[in-house]
Amino acid sequence: MEILNLKGTEDTPTILLDKKNGIFEISGRSLPEDSAEFYKPVIEWINAYSSEANPTTEFAFKLEYFNTASSKLILDVLSALEDIKGMKVVWYFHDDDEDMEEAGQEFSELVEIPFEFKTY
Amino acid sequence: MNYIYDLHRTMMSQKLILVYDGDFTQETTKSILAMAERNLDSSGEESGIKRKVFNVMVEALQNIVKHSSEQGLTAGSLVSKSAIFMISKDDKKYCVMTGNPIPKVHVEKLTGNLNDLNSKDKEGLKEMYKDIIKNTQISEKGGAGLGFVDMARKSGEKLEFAFHSMDAEYDFFCLKVNILREKE
Repeated sequence: MEILNLKGTEDTPTILLDKKNGIFEISGRSLPEDSAEFYKPVIEWINAYSSEANPTTEFAFKLEYFNTASSKLILDVLSALEDIKGMKVVWYFHDDDEDMEEAGQEFSELVEIPFEFKTY
Repeated sequence: MNYIYDLHRTMMSQKLILVYDGDFTQETTKSILAMAERNLDSSGEESGIKRKVFNVMVEALQNIVKHSSEQGLTAGSLVSKSAIFMISKDDKKYCVMTGNPIPKVHVEKLTGNLNDLNSKDKEGLKEMYKDIIKNTQISEKGGAGLGFVDMARKSGEKLEFAFHSMDAEYDFFCLKVNILREKE
């Protein structure tokens, strides 16, 4: 599978989806003007991956900040991950960032995927 | 030229640290955020408060961007599309304030939504947020309908708002979100 590698900008996150090396990560800031357009290739990549997924997948979210339009799309990403066997989400947050921790907990209540919480 | 000094004095007396008036796009949003962030960083503000202010600013700015583009204001109208964004800071709190024209026909619905939000406690807002995120599609304007809910949650304060009549068709919608600097 092709690697999806998007370099982060001041309003979009860094995205690295690499099946071969087992790296699946969304990190940084997400406040694009058009969040649906930005996340479209990510969701397409995940849908393609789901038919040939690795036995286990650890999908990392290491977000510093995201806007509400992105939160809807993050839920769409999680929903796409939901049907993949061996899926686990690792939700990172700054140890003093209660809002980001709570956001992760809320997402974990909305989808049927095991979440692990880690500080960084 | 008195207004230069008057405006400056108003900014000082109202403790305004940033004012922008004009057209709002994603590009201006990014510039304003960068300026405000530098200001918060250099003042050595606590990171939790800084994040909350940034959060409220993003939602407030993107609300204006979305809603100013949808308005096909008639040519020759005295009502300008331009909106205003400001932040004030004193010992106790930051205030993120916006003002933008909205069609009078939307005032009733918006008032209802904001009053509904303001009647909810922390748990009520959380339920509202989860309900909207589960059941709403992103609108063409890119909005998830979550902006005000998020501002209320992150600030932990009631949203203050008012409308001023501009002409027969438009009201000027003013919003003020307070972010307390002292933890309760």
